Amino acid sequence: MAVFSGSDLTCLRGERLVFGKLSFAANPGDAIMLRGRNGAGKSSLLRLMAGLLIPRSGQITWNNEPIHSDRIAHHARLQYLGHQDAIKPVLSVRDNLHLWGQLRGVDDIDREIDTALHALDIHHLSRTAGRYLSSGQKRRTALARILIGHADLWLLDEPTVGLDRESSNELAHLIADFRAKGGIVIYSTHIDLAVKEPVLLDIDEFAIPMIEWLKDHDAPADDGMRSDPKRAAQ
Amino acid sequence: MNGFTAILRRDLQLAMRQGADSVMVVAFFIVTTTLFPFGVGPEANILARIASGVIWVSALLAAMLSLERVFQTDYEDGTLELLTLSPVSLEVVVLGKVVAHWLTTGLPLIVAAPLMAVMLNMDTDGFVVLMIAMLLGTPALSLIGAIGAALILGARRGGVLVSLLVLPLYIPILIFGAGAVEAALLGMSATAQLQIMGAILLLALAATPFATAHALRQAME
Repeated sequence: MAVFSGSDLTCLRGERLVFGKLSFAANPGDAIMLRGRNGAGKSSLLRLMAGLLIPRSGQITWNNEPIHSDRIAHHARLQYLGHQDAIKPVLSVRDNLHLWGQLRGVDDIDREIDTALHALDIHHLSRTAGRYLSSGQKRRTALARILIGHADLWLLDEPTVGLDRESSNELAHLIADFRAKGGIVIYSTHIDLAVKEPVLLDIDEFAIPMIEWLKDHDAPADDGMRSDPKRAAQ
Repeated sequence: MNGFTAILRRDLQLAMRQGADSVMVVAFFIVTTTLFPFGVGPEANILARIASGVIWVSALLAAMLSLERVFQTDYEDGTLELLTLSPVSLEVVVLGKVVAHWLTTGLPLIVAAPLMAVMLNMDTDGFVVLMIAMLLGTPALSLIGAIGAALILGARRGGVLVSLLVLPLYIPILIFGAGAVEAALLGMSATAQLQIMGAILLLALAATPFATAHALRQAME
């Protein structure tokens, strides 16, 4: 049994069935690359994995424990990089990162921040206020955040957006290091990121019409889904 | 506890750098209170009679003015998402943010209130009770208001909506807050009113962080 796995996952957003019957499994050192057209549900899947969304059906487990049975433990093991960089314009890069170190209960936060900033080559910006950063620098700061504190799982939603080729390569190195230490990386990307032998997960394959999904899950949903399944499936 | 102080420190740091919010709230409070003598007329007796009510209503409105921003900026820049995913329970995060909100808006109001009381010709007997009542009442305003602030995330015209949601819930605080000052002005004991306000505060402290955290989780979906 894989360490981090999900089975028969269905994701509903509003009245739309984003994907259904999706399963995945990852063991320490694995990387899963999510692919799919726009709106296929890459971000939704990553948010399901993070526990921000709850699947309509199916279960995501870590060591056979459902991730929702102990949210805090799941949050402690994961680092999530979303579309937004969450950088406060009035705080310096260091102050911005400091909060996340504190929340993760990191002992020597300053040292960890230094290491992370060096790893992403933005140490010279540590005292610069967020509003003076370029979008690429903001993205690197957000990436530095995921290096602070211990984690077993990285969920990266389009991590390469705003990064130049050089930083993308640095990111690939960071991912390789993290995998070597037994971390699991799940990411979505449109450009090629030089990650070694990722498992491909094409979400387009799991786009199923709502009507078919309803046949298998005969318990009717109560959230207005019944109104017009055909229209909703489009 | 670590998470609580981390959030509190960061929010105070942000408030210091941006500053405008606290100043705006106090300025709004002073301006609203000042409008009453213009509207009601400068007769000292009438002003003294309505002083406690006017101060409380103005404080309520001023506190509400800043509510919209409690979670809004964090919601917009993605910070809230990460806070939801941090290994600290969201209720603790909420409490940290509410305490920061109170320190930056409620506390300045308490400092400004006696000045407004002087302007409205309130009898000095009521001052101490006014301060104590506000000390008990304003944290409850922040706690209850946070629920509204969390519920409006993602809505357009959130500011108006938050007033409609929150103002009715503020009524008990208004009644007992103004009542306590009235009692003191009449030379009676205000203990009963203050005790009820204390009870409201404790109840809000125990219940609202859960409601707010739940509303935030909903907003993240």
